[in-house]
This record gives sequence, structure tokens and C-alpha cells, in this order.
Amino acid sequence: MFARGLKSLSIASVVLIVGAFALVFFYAPNDADQGFVQKIFYLHVPLAIVALCGFVAGGVFGIQFLRTGDRSHDLRSYVAIHISLILAVGALITGSIWAKASWGHWWVWDEPTLVSFLIVFLLYACYQPLRFAIEDPGRQARTAAVFSITAGAFVPLNFLAVRLAESFTHPRVLSATGGSMPGEMRLTFLVSLAGMAVMFVTLWKYELTSKQASMRLRALKRRLADEDDRWVPAGRSAAPQEL
Amino acid sequence: MATDADAPAVALRDLGRAYGERVALSGVTLELPRGATLAVFGANGAGKTTLLRVLATLLRPHAGSAAVLGRELPREGWAVRGRVGLLAHEPLLYRDLSARENLRFHARLHGVADGRAEELLDAVGMARRADEPIRALSRGMTQRVAICRAVLHQPELLLLDEPLANLDPGAAAGVAPLIGRASGVARVLISHDVELGLAEADMVLGLRGGQPEILEPAAAIRPDDLKGLYR
Amino acid sequence: MAAVVRKDVLVELRTGEMVPAMLLFSVSTFVLFHFALDRRSVEGDLAAGVLWVTLLFAAVLGIVRLFVAEREQGGFDGFLLAPVDRTALFVAKATVLFCFLAAVELAAIPAFAILLLGPSPWDALPELLVVLVLADLGVAVVGTLVGALGVQTRTRELIVPILALPLMIPLVIAAARATSPLLVEGATGGIEGRWLLVLGLYDLVFGLLAFAVFDFLLED
Repeated sequence: MFARGLKSLSIASVVLIVGAFALVFFYAPNDADQGFVQKIFYLHVPLAIVALCGFVAGGVFGIQFLRTGDRSHDLRSYVAIHISLILAVGALITGSIWAKASWGHWWVWDEPTLVSFLIVFLLYACYQPLRFAIEDPGRQARTAAVFSITAGAFVPLNFLAVRLAESFTHPRVLSATGGSMPGEMRLTFLVSLAGMAVMFVTLWKYELTSKQASMRLRALKRRLADEDDRWVPAGRSAAPQEL
Repeated sequence: MATDADAPAVALRDLGRAYGERVALSGVTLELPRGATLAVFGANGAGKTTLLRVLATLLRPHAGSAAVLGRELPREGWAVRGRVGLLAHEPLLYRDLSARENLRFHARLHGVADGRAEELLDAVGMARRADEPIRALSRGMTQRVAICRAVLHQPELLLLDEPLANLDPGAAAGVAPLIGRASGVARVLISHDVELGLAEADMVLGLRGGQPEILEPAAAIRPDDLKGLYR
Repeated sequence: MAAVVRKDVLVELRTGEMVPAMLLFSVSTFVLFHFALDRRSVEGDLAAGVLWVTLLFAAVLGIVRLFVAEREQGGFDGFLLAPVDRTALFVAKATVLFCFLAAVELAAIPAFAILLLGPSPWDALPELLVVLVLADLGVAVVGTLVGALGVQTRTRELIVPILALPLMIPLVIAAARATSPLLVEGATGGIEGRWLLVLGLYDLVFGLLAFAVFDFLLED
């Protein structure tokens, strides 16, 4: 069900990512102030953008699940949030490295986007513990969906509030140079962004397919179980177990 | 189309309900006419409570179809609430409030006059102690108040999980007009007392592992047939 | 809905589980802050921060208990069996939480004024009340939602705080920023409109969201 287009997606993501790397190292110019380290921007910003989109997508799938009751939406939501969380960790780490290299601190409060992102990360870090803490699968799915919708709505609100709160003193690369980002930088950035997005979708599909395969396997085992082959239900898990 | 009044109290076809990967109920098919009593027997974990909760609209069917008082579940569950009375294993009463306050609360929820709560408290002999918090009452008394709660809104279908548990013979006699045969409403009754359950029933359902093993009119069953379910 | 509110207030009056604990916690926290900050009095930004963080933590304490009685004493079942709209439970519980918060603040803010606050807050009282009402509304809405989410879990005392705190950060930002000019000596200035806007937006968005979504939490 989920594996459609998996091969072409994988190829596309490899191409884009290799292309992005090539562009980053050979094509994009070194930044005047920050030097070579600035290039981490091509990794950090796409990570952050894709992670945020993934979170919001998780909320959208949550809405779909509540509306239709189709458990595959719950699985989609779970995987999207799961992968986005990993990307978010990457974004925070790369952001920290960039901050250290550019401004000398591992963390800066003046960067509202980074701060908002941290808050969003803290929130979504609760997703899996929340799921794990509810045993009944139906209830787990519904509660997780409600959470994903609430958190998804929270993301824009959060960014707004933090932006208002912190008067930033550091020019942010995106806005300050967004209008004036030289062509080579912009191209590299867009390719990196595209590569990250396609990679996300590929990973997402991979995980979906893999989970679906193990579900099918378990269902078959269950059907075949009889007197000799005892059937033991799977233990507690944060991930959806059945479609 | 049959009106609600003509429809059987309960009509199940191949009802199934799972808890995760474990099956709690499967393949339950039966029809219970108005005013009749269905007694459900089975060992612990056989699915009796699950069945009751599905009929009470607290759980949705996962397979098959279920209709209560002429309404399809879960689609028309909203139309059934308020016409079904559930006496569950837990009394569903707030322990810090008194019997009177609990009943008044449920009366408000169901749109029933307070006077009815008073009547019921009298009928089960709890009027004197109606102002003490539930936590101060014995189990037998709590059970009596719980019965009041279950019949407060004059339901057309009673779902009773061991209604006479913890009741002495005097109290049991007191509640009989409310939840016994004399009440005249359709009932689904779970009981571990095989003889008593049989005496009350028109139809008998025996569950084992969530599946119906016995489904007969009560007249055709003898107590020994049922003992097999508990082995 | 009124029935549920009445019932909860009755239980609270009878057992005093939530409000006194929240109040005690707030006062203790003020004392704690005195020692942690090593200040005899606070004002302005610092005062606003201390006040709102304390109120938030006290609220989280209350949220955990909000649905516990329903869960453990079969209150959910009792409610679900009645021919009432399920969202009424949400509105009722949020109202209850709001009232409890207001009750706590009625005592906690004077305590704060006495213990820690340098300048007197009485001049700016009307504006303060406005911020309090808006912020309490947000806390009540999000708190009820998180409480309902958390009561289904086995580790609710942990899940509720870690869920509620990030969600309420925008609320704290707006409330603290709005309050800080009010807690300064000789406060005359009004509140910056934009913080009230953020608070209002927060209340609206989450209010609507919770309203739409609460039904699904009660289903089975």
C-alpha cells in the first residue's frame, strides 16, 4: 500500500542529496564574515524546515484519522512525527554548531527561530512517551491524533509569540540575505531543501512499508497459530500495531 | 420501517470486539424481544462485561452489527443513551458525595426530576443514610444506591452486572421490583449464580473465550449444562 | 453542563483537594524564589516572570487532578451514558479549572504582593485583572485538553506537566510581557496591546481546537 514509487523516490533523493553536497562544497561561495562554517546553514535550515513541515503533516494525518477512523492515517501520522523528531534533533545540533562558530556560544537566546524550534521540539518529544503510556490501541491512536492536531496548531502560534518576544540583534541569514542571497547560494540552498524534503518522504515511505510488512507477518502468524504454535500477542508499544 | 417500539430490545449479528490483538468477543448473534431477560454466563474473561459495555454504547463494535432498541450502533448511539440503564461492576458513584447528591447529579444529567431520586432512595431503604458520603457506606448500601442510579431515568433496557452481589436477602427483595422480572423491561443479566440466573431468564447465552458456546431458551437448559463453561 | 460544574465545586468544597494545594504550592514557591534569587523584593520583568511561572506550575498541579475522579470512580462512564453532548464535559471542566485558578489567584497575588513584590500593584489592578482573565482562560482551555489527554495514560503525573509546559510557553510569554510594566513603581502606563492580542489569539485557537477535538478523546 505504501510502497508505490519507492524506488524512484529513493533514486531521486540520492541524486538530489549528492547534487546538494557537490554544490555546497564546490559551487557556493564562502561567506564573507563566517567563512566555511557558514555552509552548515545548507544542512541546518533544510533540516529545520522539513522537520516543521513533518510535524504539521503529522497533525493533518491526525485530522484524517479522526475523521475516517482509518488506522493507516494514524500510522502515517506516527511515522511523520517520528522522523521529524529525528530531523529536529539534527537541526538543533547543527544550529548549535553554527551558533558556536558564528557567535561563540553554543546557544543563543536572541535567535527567535532557534528558540521557537526548541520549544516545539520539547513538545513533540512527548509524543512517543504519551503513546507508550496508553495501552489500549484504539485509545492510543485517538489520543495521539488529538495531540498531533493540538501540537500542529501550536507550531505557528509559538513562532509568532517568540518572534514578538525576542528583539533579535543578529541578522538572520534567511531574512537578511533572503532578498540579497547571491544566486549561487540560493541555488545551493534550494537544492539542499529539495533533497532534504525528498529524503524525508523516502524515509517516511520506507518506514511505513516496513511497519506494514511486519504487521502482515504477525497477522499471518496469528492465523496459522494452533495447538502446537502458541500465539503470543505483541507487548506494549508506542507504534501502531495493527491497521 | 419498524418503529422503535416494535424493534427488539437487542439485535446482534456476528458481533465482534477486540482489545488490541486479543479478541474479546466474536460471532455473537442473538435477538432479545422487549420485556424478555437474557442471562449471560461464562468464566472470568469470557467477554461478558465487554458485551454489556457494547450494549451500553460505551464500546463500539469492531465487527458485525449491533442494534439496541431499534437503533444501529455506533451510528445512532446517541439515540440510545438515556434509554438504557447500566449497573456495572463499579457503582459509578462519586465517593466524596452523598447518595442524594450523586443521584441528583445523575438526575440533572438525564433531565429527570429530583423527586424521582427521593422515591428510589425510599424504595431501597436508603433514605435515612442518603446524606452520608458514599465512602462511608457499606458495599451492600453502595450497591443499592447504584441500582437507584441505574433505574433513575426509567430505561427501556437494563444491563445488569451481578446486581445482587453484596446484597442481603432483605435488600435483594427490596430491589426486585426495580430490576427484577417484575419491572417488565428487557434485561441482560450477568450472574455467577447459575440457578438464580436461570430462574430469571427467558434466554441463556454462555460465553467461552468471547465466543457463544450456548445460546438457548432458558427452558431448554439445566444448571449442569452451564457448569461446563466454567471449567 | 451546569450539573457537572456544580458537582465538581461540591466535591472540591468537601475534600479540598485542589485549591488549597495549589495555593500552598504558590506561596511556598514565592518563598523559594526569595531564597533562590537572594532578593528581598522584585519588580518589573523579574516580578512578572516569578509570578507567572509560579502560577503556571500551580495550575499544572491542578490539571493532573482534574479528571482523576472521573477516571477512577467511573465518572466518565456515568457521563457517557447520559443523553448529553460530550463537549459539555469539556466546557464544564474548563470552567471549573478557570474558577479554581481564579480562587487560587485571589489569595496568591496578595501573598505575592506582600512577600516579594516591591512596588504596590493596586494602581494597575484593572489592567492586571484583564491579563489574568485572558491568561487564565488560555490555561483553562489547554489545561483541560492536556488533562483529558493525560488521564488516559498510566504515568499521568509525568505526562501532564511535560505536555502542558511547552504548550503554555506562548501564554507565559504574552502574560509576563504584558504584566511587567504593571509591576513597576508608579505604574501608569497601559498594557501593550499586542500582548493582549496574542493572548486572545491563543485562547481562540485552542478553544476552538479543543472544542472540535474533545469528543474523540471520550470515545471508545
